[in-house]
Amino acid sequence: MSTTTVAHHEEHSDHPTGIMRWLTTTNHKDIGTMYLTFSLVMFLVGGAMVLGIRAELFQPGLQLMNPDFYNQLIGVHALIMIFAALMPAATGFANWMIPLQIGAPDMALPRLNNWGFWLLPPSAILLTLPFTLALFGIGDGAIATGWTFYPPLSVQGGIGVDFAIFAVHLLGVSSVMGSINIIVTLFNMRAPGMTLMKMPMFAWGWLITAFLLVATIPVLAGAVTMLLTDRHFGTHFFDAAGGGDPIMFQHLFWFFGHPEVYILLLPVWGFIPQILQTFSRKPMYGYKAQVYSLWAIGALAVVVWAHHFFTAGMPVPALLYFMYSTMAISLPLAVLFFCWIKTMWKGSMSFETPMLFAVGWIILFGIGGLTGLVLADVAADAQYHNSYFVVAHFHYTLFAGGIMGIMAGVYYWLPKMTGHMYNEKLGKLHFWLTAISFNVTFIPQFFVGLAGMPRRIPDYALQFAEFNMISTIGAFILGFSQLLFVYNIIMCAKGGQKATDKVWEGAEGLEWTLSSPPPYHSFNEQPVIK
Amino acid sequence: MATHSENQYFVPHGSIYPSILSAGLLSMAAGFVFSVATDRGGDSLAYLEGPGKWMMYFGLAVVLFMMFKWLGTVVTESVTGKYKNWEDKSFRWGMIVFIASEVAFFAAFFGALFYMRVLSVPDLAGFDPNFTPYKDFLGTWPSQGPGGVVLGETFEPNPAFKPMHWMGLPLINTVLLLTSGATITWAHWGLIKNNRKQLIIGMALTVALGIAFLICQGLEYHHAYTEMGLTLGSGAYGATFFMLTGFHGFHVTIGTLMLIVILLRCMKGHFTPEHHFGFEGVAWYWHFVDVVWLGLFIFVYML
Repeated sequence: MSTTTVAHHEEHSDHPTGIMRWLTTTNHKDIGTMYLTFSLVMFLVGGAMVLGIRAELFQPGLQLMNPDFYNQLIGVHALIMIFAALMPAATGFANWMIPLQIGAPDMALPRLNNWGFWLLPPSAILLTLPFTLALFGIGDGAIATGWTFYPPLSVQGGIGVDFAIFAVHLLGVSSVMGSINIIVTLFNMRAPGMTLMKMPMFAWGWLITAFLLVATIPVLAGAVTMLLTDRHFGTHFFDAAGGGDPIMFQHLFWFFGHPEVYILLLPVWGFIPQILQTFSRKPMYGYKAQVYSLWAIGALAVVVWAHHFFTAGMPVPALLYFMYSTMAISLPLAVLFFCWIKTMWKGSMSFETPMLFAVGWIILFGIGGLTGLVLADVAADAQYHNSYFVVAHFHYTLFAGGIMGIMAGVYYWLPKMTGHMYNEKLGKLHFWLTAISFNVTFIPQFFVGLAGMPRRIPDYALQFAEFNMISTIGAFILGFSQLLFVYNIIMCAKGGQKATDKVWEGAEGLEWTLSSPPPYHSFNEQPVIK
Repeated sequence: MATHSENQYFVPHGSIYPSILSAGLLSMAAGFVFSVATDRGGDSLAYLEGPGKWMMYFGLAVVLFMMFKWLGTVVTESVTGKYKNWEDKSFRWGMIVFIASEVAFFAAFFGALFYMRVLSVPDLAGFDPNFTPYKDFLGTWPSQGPGGVVLGETFEPNPAFKPMHWMGLPLINTVLLLTSGATITWAHWGLIKNNRKQLIIGMALTVALGIAFLICQGLEYHHAYTEMGLTLGSGAYGATFFMLTGFHGFHVTIGTLMLIVILLRCMKGHFTPEHHFGFEGVAWYWHFVDVVWLGLFIFVYML
């Protein structure tokens, strides 16, 4: 790669300072920083909620909260973690790294980019405002239906449901705007010579994510709009008396909801191979196979939704179709796992924090994937459905596969973003605490789930007491060890050992050709890829 | 960052509009929730309705003003030559993806229509008569559903209910929209040939046809509510009919407003035969609205 034309000069700062800088910015790095910071804050908020849930479950019986408040915490925890913690983190990385990785001057539509971010704080306010209002005696608190909004419960619910519907609308607009920007950037802003099949894997992951978002988020918007009209304007979409059907909502919701899983994971599948390659000091194995597998998973993602409600009732041919198509996803996913492992095979590996997270991620996400295969089996699912087995399964995919992947990315790119090395010892401690306490939290949930403990219930039978106690202890260690992560990030942003331009010995890619931190305007002249 | 050459991409200066626009949306959304607030416990939240409405209107005003300012900035940047071919291509891709997302939005409502018509309504009629509360329900389309008690409230199908026939206003509306698709293309040819007269007449005709469509739809809705017993609450048929045609009508309204802006810009001479993405973007949007209407005409009115 030729990088001789890259502009390295320090631009005079022509941007406002203080709060106005952040309110008005059109700079992809500023916007990326805002996304990542927002994500971290909401991760802690959502985490605090789940500590409330786990504290209640420490012992059988009701100790700390009434069941209604428990339900509210369950619903808002999920909505915050999915929409306000994981998705913004991935979008933050996209903003920061995609222009750097493809040699672009900025994102293609910078003002739209700013709007995409600034829709997020209003949505977070809409999600959490009902808690505050309830304190003043207005309404009955936040959405208590779980994050899935199933009618008829959500049609009966109070103002929390309406607030959540509008929060989802704003988050949806934000995601669609972000996706438009990313698709346009990848199609139109690549450096000369960078063909699609030379794009970094992260860019590929995000391209497919963006397509999925554009195809499915509007369907969710439509579904919650029908819910809103059923609640307030007398329609009967989800009401048998008018010819509607509550199960129709489940179809509409999961038509979005299942691709959403891949929306959360595909960006991570993009940069994890890059991390593995960097710390194995050898080229990525099976680039093409990985790209095609990502496409295959993206395509399968939109045709398997009904496996989320096998037990709701559907014809046997439909059950079989959704079972087999769901299991088919494991084929391209197995190709990806093979490529990730083969990338490390016989490499001269070293285990800095990002690599620890990446390797741990492969193992833990693998458990998430394999337990998903079990859930996809219609006959078995009749037992597993809505049990704690499901909770454990999707935390292995979304906490280990999502959040821990994002953490690998944070440690990998933080020196590039801040210009300082983070504290390696603290980083490693954070990894080990997270990985161990994560398993302590969720392995017991597989067992209680198999034994029949239902999810979303604040009380449980006595025979589940020991496992729940272990799970709660794990959750508190997991929660508080994230403070190490926050501390490490803050200290790294404030100062520390200077990072080199390349940061990691084995790093490849255009982002490592710029200074650390990169200049405010990177790539005024596009590099030429040979 | 100013543009220095063809090889540099225009990155606009910071802008306060997006963040204020988002604050306006927050006020609109929260205001709406307050204005329709209900409580699960049955406590009245009616006292929130007044302040909620004001919050909503205030938010709407902020949103409209910010969109006006933002799009005004875009127009200024366009006419001062900030956008060259590279930027133009971004806008094209952006508009294509945006329209794709709109297609997905309408797909949700079409999906609801097909699901109810093919699955849920016949299923409700097909239960074993010994075990169903819907004994006399035949499940034929158009349907208001069997009626019954749901969530403590009784829903009775309206005996005066009639579905909307495709002859008459819907057919006129189809002709109006298809013609408008032709007139906007004719205007586009005028723009490419640098025939300003053809451009402006074509655009004015398109705007007039769009407005005529909206008037016809208003008459249709009035007719439905006052004479046909067809309302938003008319079960499966009423809900899908009004949601699909209503959201379509909303898109026609937005499209007509955009066409009016483009007409004014045409009269001011903002577009050249080589460089007129603003025109094309709106034309694409208008064609999209047109195609959705054809889907509606076939699946909602005719079949």
